[in-house]
Amino acid sequence: MENLDSFRTEIGKWLEANCPPSMRKPMGPDEDLNWGGRDKVYENLEEKQWLDRMASRGFTTPTWPKQYGGGGLSSAEARVLAEEMRRLHCRPALVSFGITMLGPVLLQYGNEAQKSEHLPKIVRGEIRWCQGYSEPGAGSDLAGLQTRAEDKGDHYLVNGQKIWTSYADYADWIFCLVRTNPTAAKHDGISFLLFDMRSPGVSVSPIKLISGSSPFCQTFFQDVKVPKTNLVGKLDGGWTIAKALLQHEREMIGGMGLGMGGSGGGGSLDQLAKEYCGTESGRIADPVIRDQVAQHMMDTRCFTTTLRRSGDEAKSGTGPGAASSMFKLYGTEMNKRRYELLVKVLGSQALGWEGDGFNTRELGTTREWLRSKGNSIEGGTSEVQLNIIAKRVLGLPD
Amino acid sequence: MSLALSEEQELLKNTAREFVSENSPVKELRRLRDAQDPVGFSRDLWKQMGELGWAGIVLPEDLGGAGLGYAELGIVLEECGRTLAATPLVSTTLLAGNALLLGGNETQRKEILTAVAKAERVLALALQEGAHHAPYAIATRAEAIASGYRLTGKKTFVLDGHVADQLVVVARTAGASGERDGLSLFLVPKAARGLTVTRTIMVDGRNAANLTLDGVEVERSALVGSAGRGADVLDAVLDRATIGLAAEMLGTLAEAFERTIKYLKDRKQFGVPIGSFQALKHRAASMFVEVELSRSIVLEALRAIDENRPDVSQLASVAKAKLSDAIHLIGNEAVQMFGGIGVTDEEEIGLFLKRARAAELTLGDAAYHRARFAALSGF
Repeated sequence: MENLDSFRTEIGKWLEANCPPSMRKPMGPDEDLNWGGRDKVYENLEEKQWLDRMASRGFTTPTWPKQYGGGGLSSAEARVLAEEMRRLHCRPALVSFGITMLGPVLLQYGNEAQKSEHLPKIVRGEIRWCQGYSEPGAGSDLAGLQTRAEDKGDHYLVNGQKIWTSYADYADWIFCLVRTNPTAAKHDGISFLLFDMRSPGVSVSPIKLISGSSPFCQTFFQDVKVPKTNLVGKLDGGWTIAKALLQHEREMIGGMGLGMGGSGGGGSLDQLAKEYCGTESGRIADPVIRDQVAQHMMDTRCFTTTLRRSGDEAKSGTGPGAASSMFKLYGTEMNKRRYELLVKVLGSQALGWEGDGFNTRELGTTREWLRSKGNSIEGGTSEVQLNIIAKRVLGLPD
Repeated sequence: MSLALSEEQELLKNTAREFVSENSPVKELRRLRDAQDPVGFSRDLWKQMGELGWAGIVLPEDLGGAGLGYAELGIVLEECGRTLAATPLVSTTLLAGNALLLGGNETQRKEILTAVAKAERVLALALQEGAHHAPYAIATRAEAIASGYRLTGKKTFVLDGHVADQLVVVARTAGASGERDGLSLFLVPKAARGLTVTRTIMVDGRNAANLTLDGVEVERSALVGSAGRGADVLDAVLDRATIGLAAEMLGTLAEAFERTIKYLKDRKQFGVPIGSFQALKHRAASMFVEVELSRSIVLEALRAIDENRPDVSQLASVAKAKLSDAIHLIGNEAVQMFGGIGVTDEEEIGLFLKRARAAELTLGDAAYHRARFAALSGF
């Protein structure tokens, strides 16, 4: 405990000295977090400075081993770092799928050369990764994917199509599920490949969503040559890695409703309800809205407490299994309920699409409400999560 | 405080589970019900719980208690909830016992609570007057007279009221029903003149009673806490009792859930276990999530009492609202999934449904606690 206290003091001082002023301000409506990447253009040099300083201590990936550029921190120390960053309003220096998804599975399944090559670049934000999982014919039935990788002696030749590839249009590299054995059972013929999005034959086309934004793409592969050294794990053994990575993805998406991603509607629900629905003797005037706001705040409390319990139990080795499916399911469904409630609270002010008559928060709510509909689909639908819980946790028969 | 159980707490959990499954399995509740047992719980069981230190588990050691925390009491309550064990833990330890612990004078605490710790005393809190939990909606009057006070009014849903040796009665010394100010708590012996106690037979087989106080005279020393400021004590009592009840509900809903999952695996229709049907799998998985959330918030709320945290009241409402909704869902789903056998008296799952509904409505349902949470949170 004493060590943690001195660590906290040291970290607090270091952050104060090293986090540039603009990185301690809330993000403006046109700003995004730093996703890094080789094509990243820094309009604000402090953003780059902040990334470099954090990366120099491995704090962009606090718990990764030092030999790959990580911070080498214990989970308790990493928690202190996160708490201090929150206390001092420091923005995350870097967010990426390399950090949340690929890194953890490379650490577990990658060979030494792959770890040494890719992990430090993720830590420093030099390479931005995207995820090649879903295909037009393989959504919930992910293992039914058809993108082929043929063994051509010194390389694999990849042909096929991916969809819902988040930010493929900004990504430098892709981690991709490909079918290497078309005759094996569907789970047993899949491999996990890494390749450069600049490889000849790769093309990307963004998809416009109901929210108006285009975070997802269609990604096409035509005779893409991939060096054999870019195979992670065993040939045809990719499904195990795919599932491990999905757990990390689900935890990330499940936490989004808690303000770790997105603006969360900007402002607490109860304050917004007071502002838009009026008050009577200090209470939200509409008793139904008041009840639903209370319900939502309670749900959030129960959920965050469950996340914390899961962490506490993991430390003592008694953690619940398949926890990531539960968090993904509940976190996304809760986030959807939050936006439905926000729309109800804001009334017709939540119906604006663009232009005059609506403030930034209101316009953001409209778009985020629509964006939240994808939360219970991406990374495995709620129904898929229910299947996983029924099978893996409850042991219900097929 | 960690939300994971410590080694000592795991040990207590195992001991408690063994104890209740051996001494108070679900069939014991059925026996008490069918025999129309005049006490409504087993005095032997209560005595044993006294010997194990559970009746006074949260009482300080100088009052003969174990000096442990709500984290520990919660474990015992949860295990009792698993077998629907009827015990005076809620009426005596959580409700009236806390009123005396938090509001009582030296004499009251010493005399009564040391007896509670030994499980030699049963107490009850006479609070509710209408069909709903509304702790300030008190019309029962306590009129000051030369020798003390004269109490007049009616009480309902008084847990263990017909077997309590002493009752803590919430009455109004000033103000009008609905007001927080003006409430006072009085210690009334069961034999008091003018007190009529009528046992009510409840759906869950547990004890409750209606009281009529027809000019019941008590001495000034019967006052628990200060006159007119009873709500200060009452609020804290209800927070603790509500969280304790939520812990009991956790055991009940977890057991009902686990029995349902087992049934889904055992029961065959169309030649396969019914648990292989997705229509049931998804509902089972949704219930699992509710069980997990319920467990987390109960553990958190119990620890908040032990740490004397300022958000205990809010957590009490979060916990009771969540547990009420969850036990409602799981009780109903369990009976539906058991099918025809689920609506027979012979199958035990029906007893869980009955207890679920009684517990849901005890000390405020989910809607009550959401409104209370909103008020406490300033909206």
